[in-house]
Amino acid sequence: MLNATTAEVIPSRVKRQSELAAVARRLSKNPSAIIGFVVAVFLVLIAIFAPLIAPYPYDKQDLMNSRKPPSPQHIFGTDELGRDVFSRVIWGSRFSLTVGVLAVLLGSGVGVIFGALAGYFGGLIDDLVMRLMDILQSIPDILLAITISVALGPGFFNTLLALSVGGIPMACRLMRAGILGIRKQEYLEAATAINASTLRIIIRHVLPNAFAPVLVSATMMIGHIILGAAMLSFIGLGVQPPTPEWGSMIAGGRSLIRSCPWMVTFPGIFIMLAVLALNMFGDGLRDALDPKLKK
Amino acid sequence: MSRYVLRRLVQLIPVVLGVTILIFTIMYFIPGDPVRLMLGPEATLADIEAKRQQLGLNDPYFMRLGKFLRDVFLRFDFGKSWVYNVPVTTELLHRLPRTLIIAVVCILLQILVGIPLGIVAAINHNRWGDRVAMFVALFGISMPNFWIALMLVLFFSVQLGWLPPYGIGGIQYYILPCIANAFPGIATQARQTRSSMLEVIRSDYITTARAKGMSEFQVIFKHALPNALLPVITVIGNGMGRLLAGTVVIESIFSIPGVGMYLVGGINTRDYNVVQSSVIFLAIAFTLIMLLVDLMYAVIDPRIKAQFAAKKRRKRHA
Repeated sequence: MLNATTAEVIPSRVKRQSELAAVARRLSKNPSAIIGFVVAVFLVLIAIFAPLIAPYPYDKQDLMNSRKPPSPQHIFGTDELGRDVFSRVIWGSRFSLTVGVLAVLLGSGVGVIFGALAGYFGGLIDDLVMRLMDILQSIPDILLAITISVALGPGFFNTLLALSVGGIPMACRLMRAGILGIRKQEYLEAATAINASTLRIIIRHVLPNAFAPVLVSATMMIGHIILGAAMLSFIGLGVQPPTPEWGSMIAGGRSLIRSCPWMVTFPGIFIMLAVLALNMFGDGLRDALDPKLKK
Repeated sequence: MSRYVLRRLVQLIPVVLGVTILIFTIMYFIPGDPVRLMLGPEATLADIEAKRQQLGLNDPYFMRLGKFLRDVFLRFDFGKSWVYNVPVTTELLHRLPRTLIIAVVCILLQILVGIPLGIVAAINHNRWGDRVAMFVALFGISMPNFWIALMLVLFFSVQLGWLPPYGIGGIQYYILPCIANAFPGIATQARQTRSSMLEVIRSDYITTARAKGMSEFQVIFKHALPNALLPVITVIGNGMGRLLAGTVVIESIFSIPGVGMYLVGGINTRDYNVVQSSVIFLAIAFTLIMLLVDLMYAVIDPRIKAQFAAKKRRKRHA
């Protein structure tokens, strides 16, 4: 019996590794995906080592040197309170990247659970879940995030929550579609035949096989959430000053755009870099996971 | 076809109701006392209590919800602005045209620029035209629209002085807002059009059409494009959602008094009835647009029509 189990486990592990390796190999042949990946890793490193990289504390005011254009001392210039824009941009990456990743994990996680339930059980549960998703999707996700953000008030976790809700329907639909596609497959029938529990079937067999589209959409979603987070703090919701956040830095520099354009330009460039990197990587990942699209 | 339209209209009702209930419920959980904020620090407890009573804030949740639904759907009345005491419905309808101008111009730009760009990219697959177009499009979906707006202002208003940086007036006031808001949409549209064209171009019937000796122009426009159009239309519909949401910041950047700026104003003055009503208003508008998109599907895609016809025939047999 013991031998049978190990014999069963080993081939499946070997197979999965080789599949993963194939995806990685295809990914590594795509220059734009690699650039995206490198830039994303670079930004993550910047966020992690922000205290070491930033030359000044993000909230250090220097009123004698306010509104100075970029110079060797302040390579991105200073804002209206004399704070170093470069240091603030560096620190800001922490917030944007964390919110992006966590909101996507939360939103996709909830969506995947709903989608798995709807797809696997079908019937009434499916109907209920999908009608709920219809309603959620009828509200443009930014508007939904604004509403939740207004209702919950400012703060990191509230913003996270507000932004994650918009991602639920997409993950749910993809998961459900994936499961409907594989529900009639023979390996599921086999799993049922050997008396595997429903939970085990869903977690061990259904989820891994329906997961690829969710993964791709999640990668792209991180960029989307970063844009959403920037927009929320741009209109005064989300995290509050003096926490440096790219969107609120742009909002802060908006009225000074004539005299100090650097206050607006640099945070925006970093938003763009982060989202661009994730989109490039996401595009590559999609092509790598779906070889028939490539040729 | 008319039965299909009717069925879709009936299906719309629970969604619109659901959206309204959802937004109402989210806003119900706002912490803090809005009345205290409205009346200011000098208000006495009695004043606050009277105001709460007047606004119906002391009623239980279901009574407030019921009243709200009745007012919105039977009387088309979103109540009054808490801060300015003006009916919200009047204000929304008054502001709607400006938001619509921006949204419609943007959607036209998205269709007229995005789709051709995507087709050209697909035809030149992996050649430099494709690479350049997709590179630009990738940037387009990676920039926040409010930042694009500010960069455009910086360049065209501050540096060159060609266009006004904000306000309303002639056409020139709408150029920058429309470009800024449409840019991400154009990029998305081009990407989607390209990938759905590429998928179709690989089909056997395209090879057949070419083998018959049809001109490439005819192959693309008679065979490929109509079949590639369906996902393209979905993007147009979703783009409408993004555009409506996008006007929220675009209008406040350019000081265009539309629905979006009303919403942001409501957030800043904590006029939660304005926020709630504007969001519901925009969400219902979006739902109606998505319905139109679905109906367009049925017109364009014979398969959907056939599906429905088949169902009808089956019923008749039964």
